[in-house]
Amino acid sequence: MATSETSNIKRLQVRRFKPEENPKSTYLTEETGIWAWMTTVDHKKIGLMYLASILFFFFVGGTLALLLRTELLTPAQSFITADTYNQIFTLHGAIMVFFFLVPSVPAALGNFVLPLQLGCKDVAFPRVNLLSYYIYVIGAVFTLIAIFTGGVDTGWTFYTPYSATTGGNVMMMTLGVFILGFSSILTGVNFIVTIHRLRSPGQTWNKISLFLWSLYATSIIQILATPVLAITLLLLTMERALHIGIFDPALGGDPVLYQHFFWFYSHPAVYIMIVPGFGIVSEIISTFSRKHIFGYWAIALSSLAIAFIGFLVWGHHMFTAGQSSLANMVFSFLTFLVGIPTGIKIFNWVATMYKGSIDMKTPMLYIMAFLFLFMIGGFTGIMLGSLAVDIHLHDTYYVVAHFHYVMMGGMVMAFLGGLHYWWPKMFGKMYNEFWARIACVVIFIGFNLTFLPQFVMGSMGMPRRYFNYLEQFQGYHQASTYGSYILGIGFLIIAAYLLHSLLRGKKAPPNPWGSRAMEWQTSSPPSLHNYEHTPVVINGPYDYHKPMSEFQLGIEGSHNGHGEHQHTETKTVEADK
Amino acid sequence: MNRLSDFMLPPANSTFAAETDALFNFINVVSLILLIGITVTMIYFAIKYRRKSEDDTTPLITHNSKLEITWSVIPLILVMIVFGWGYNGYLTKTNAPDNAYEIRAIAKSWLWEFHYQTGHVSVNELHVPANRPVKMIISSDDVLHSFYIPEFRVKMDAVPNRYTSVWFEAIEPGEAILYCAEYCGSAHSNMLADVVIHSQEDFETWLETGDAIDDDLSPVELGEQLVQRQGCLACHSTDGSTLQGPTFQGIFGRDRLLTDGSTVTVDENYIRQSIIEPNTQVAEGFAPIMPTYAGSLNDRQIDAIIEYLKTLD
Ligand code: HEM
Ligand SMILES: [Cu+2]
Ligand SMILES: [Cu+2]
Repeated sequence: MATSETSNIKRLQVRRFKPEENPKSTYLTEETGIWAWMTTVDHKKIGLMYLASILFFFFVGGTLALLLRTELLTPAQSFITADTYNQIFTLHGAIMVFFFLVPSVPAALGNFVLPLQLGCKDVAFPRVNLLSYYIYVIGAVFTLIAIFTGGVDTGWTFYTPYSATTGGNVMMMTLGVFILGFSSILTGVNFIVTIHRLRSPGQTWNKISLFLWSLYATSIIQILATPVLAITLLLLTMERALHIGIFDPALGGDPVLYQHFFWFYSHPAVYIMIVPGFGIVSEIISTFSRKHIFGYWAIALSSLAIAFIGFLVWGHHMFTAGQSSLANMVFSFLTFLVGIPTGIKIFNWVATMYKGSIDMKTPMLYIMAFLFLFMIGGFTGIMLGSLAVDIHLHDTYYVVAHFHYVMMGGMVMAFLGGLHYWWPKMFGKMYNEFWARIACVVIFIGFNLTFLPQFVMGSMGMPRRYFNYLEQFQGYHQASTYGSYILGIGFLIIAAYLLHSLLRGKKAPPNPWGSRAMEWQTSSPPSLHNYEHTPVVINGPYDYHKPMSEFQLGIEGSHNGHGEHQHTETKTVEADK
Repeated sequence: MNRLSDFMLPPANSTFAAETDALFNFINVVSLILLIGITVTMIYFAIKYRRKSEDDTTPLITHNSKLEITWSVIPLILVMIVFGWGYNGYLTKTNAPDNAYEIRAIAKSWLWEFHYQTGHVSVNELHVPANRPVKMIISSDDVLHSFYIPEFRVKMDAVPNRYTSVWFEAIEPGEAILYCAEYCGSAHSNMLADVVIHSQEDFETWLETGDAIDDDLSPVELGEQLVQRQGCLACHSTDGSTLQGPTFQGIFGRDRLLTDGSTVTVDENYIRQSIIEPNTQVAEGFAPIMPTYAGSLNDRQIDAIIEYLKTLD
């Protein structure tokens, strides 16, 4: 309740609202039933629907990967044909990138957490949010149809002229990815508007979490880059369907133009796939070190810097495509520039741990794994950005290992960290800490066993997307395959204890990690409208030197549109508008 | 540290391979130092500052501009070194000396055809002299491919409707492998060629005599060799299994249903036609993907292949 108003300072009557311990009414107990879920505009439920969907696709993509690895146990054909192999690696890549990794953190975890971290009831456009989910589903249906009506064997990159001439149902697949793009754009728009418009009273730009900054940077990339992918895929479809010459040299088109278009989206897209992960790392490191994040602005602004410079480096995927030397030089130079903000983040995260009170719980364990693996991904990125060396390494297993270290070692670890971190908030249940740590270690070992040998193979000259290979590489391929089995076991353990947690898990307290971040200041799971009051923010989310009571303030007398409230002592705070 | 590169890299057999390898080493060493340094710091913090009680308090350290600048500038310097070094090495790799011996490489799904200045053509076998710069002029007849010889540290895409080029100077006579490094479909991983590096004299002799040794062979033996050398076996098996094309086993004299619905008997003319203009008569159930051998096989060689196919039943 505003008492007086000056130019940009507002006086508010606030009091402490302690989060309820065992909430009777939560978003999970309200509006239940299939129909209510399918038509829900609640960001938390939509987030969970996304979560279920991406986990489904992760499972499918992972199973395909195990098939690929099993085939590669022997140099010649083991149990599937070359054409099947080619279709499987295409699907594995496309599913993992477009259906799992891109929506993983923003659409699933982000949807759930973003309004909670802003203290609002929902995203700015709740119906658009639901729409974006259904667009995702429609895109997925198109892709499934493509798989069952001929399959696609072009690789996730759909390079022309191969994709214009090969059989199978390339059109259906590209249409699927085209449609999917809109889901990504809508999520981006929604997040940007929400962060701009729906911050709590007092929550200035320097008091929003680094997770929000990372989602903000990601949303910018999604909005600016995804339309280019859409246009490219549309042109590709037009070429295939109407024989208009754009990329196919047989029709007078230029195949290298396609690569430019594709990477103009897809390089920024690799940042769509990692920047949200950076946000999770910041949250978890600070919470489990119980310490103020080191270099808030350095981390926040480096995400934006990455988002912008990331648009200017696409040509580093085309160093051997016959580009001019000048273009190659410029792209190589800019590629190194993106490395810098990335490095800055790492240093800031490690510095945050200095003099902290570090609790090696599962989420933190994943983040340690993230830091180690992502560094390897980054350093090998520098290797690939260096022209003379990339000429040798391009399109070999070295590249395959590089991007798995960043996408799986980086983003998937961050995702798992985030999943374990927010799990109690999402479901109000704890998971088995012992098994969770075991799974993390198993995954870490399996991951390295799978992908370290690929660096060696790649350096030795083993090209990627090979169904057969020379015998000299067999040892490395076998190690890699056994590693992938260990990896698979790790994920099965996760599935088992998370299921157990859902059914039998101990009840989670509102703030099991003792975090100062805002989403922990409401009950677990939150009520339908997130908070029973209008939260007021006077501290940043990492201010561990301030008492917990200062993080649970809300406007006195506010009840967020429903319910009664009881009176306690109140105080007055000044909040920046 | 050279151990690392010896372990990871294939033998170096071109004049500029050493520079690439040195940079590869440099990046590996610097990365390893940083990786180990940061990881050890992380683990050290995790142990030293582990949570001792739930009431632990931590000092407020929000940022430190001096540190921030240090850890931006040092990596910046490092990557600029890597950039300059890499670009320099790249320039050496792109600018072929004027006196380079030119060879045309034509990529077709799924074989490599090489045309020499003497008019010789070899398939899936690249003959080059050592100690003399060789410039490859690369093109593709269909989709993208990529010309990759790890031992020379060179790679260049083969793009339809456009010429690209790459050069190298081999140091020692010997053998190496050429891979197709750009995904090109079903038999992408079979699209390899042998690189035969001759001493200069041997190379001249090879150019003069070329396939002359073939004169000693009977037609069937020659046919058998050609079928291997010309890359036919990438798509046609001799044991009855179906690859991208129909098997050669029992092919001669068989009735063949074509995609246009007609049926022909496989005879000399049909085989000849299939080699010279493969996509005018395509067997039912297969895609019109076979490259033409017009210009790379002469009449004597085609006759030999026909004789060889007759023996496969
Ligand atoms: C320091 C940061 C990074 C640098 C300097 C870097 C550099 C590069 C370079 C130069 C290539 C091209 C290599 C080639 O094709 O020969 C490449 C490939 C790739 N990178 Fe990175 N990268 C970095 C981080 C990332 C991140 C964060 C991701 C994703 C989350 C990523 C995903 C990929 C993917 C998917 C490819 C290969 C795409 C394909 O050919 O299918 N990279 N990277
Ligand atoms: Cu890139
Ligand atoms: Cu290929």
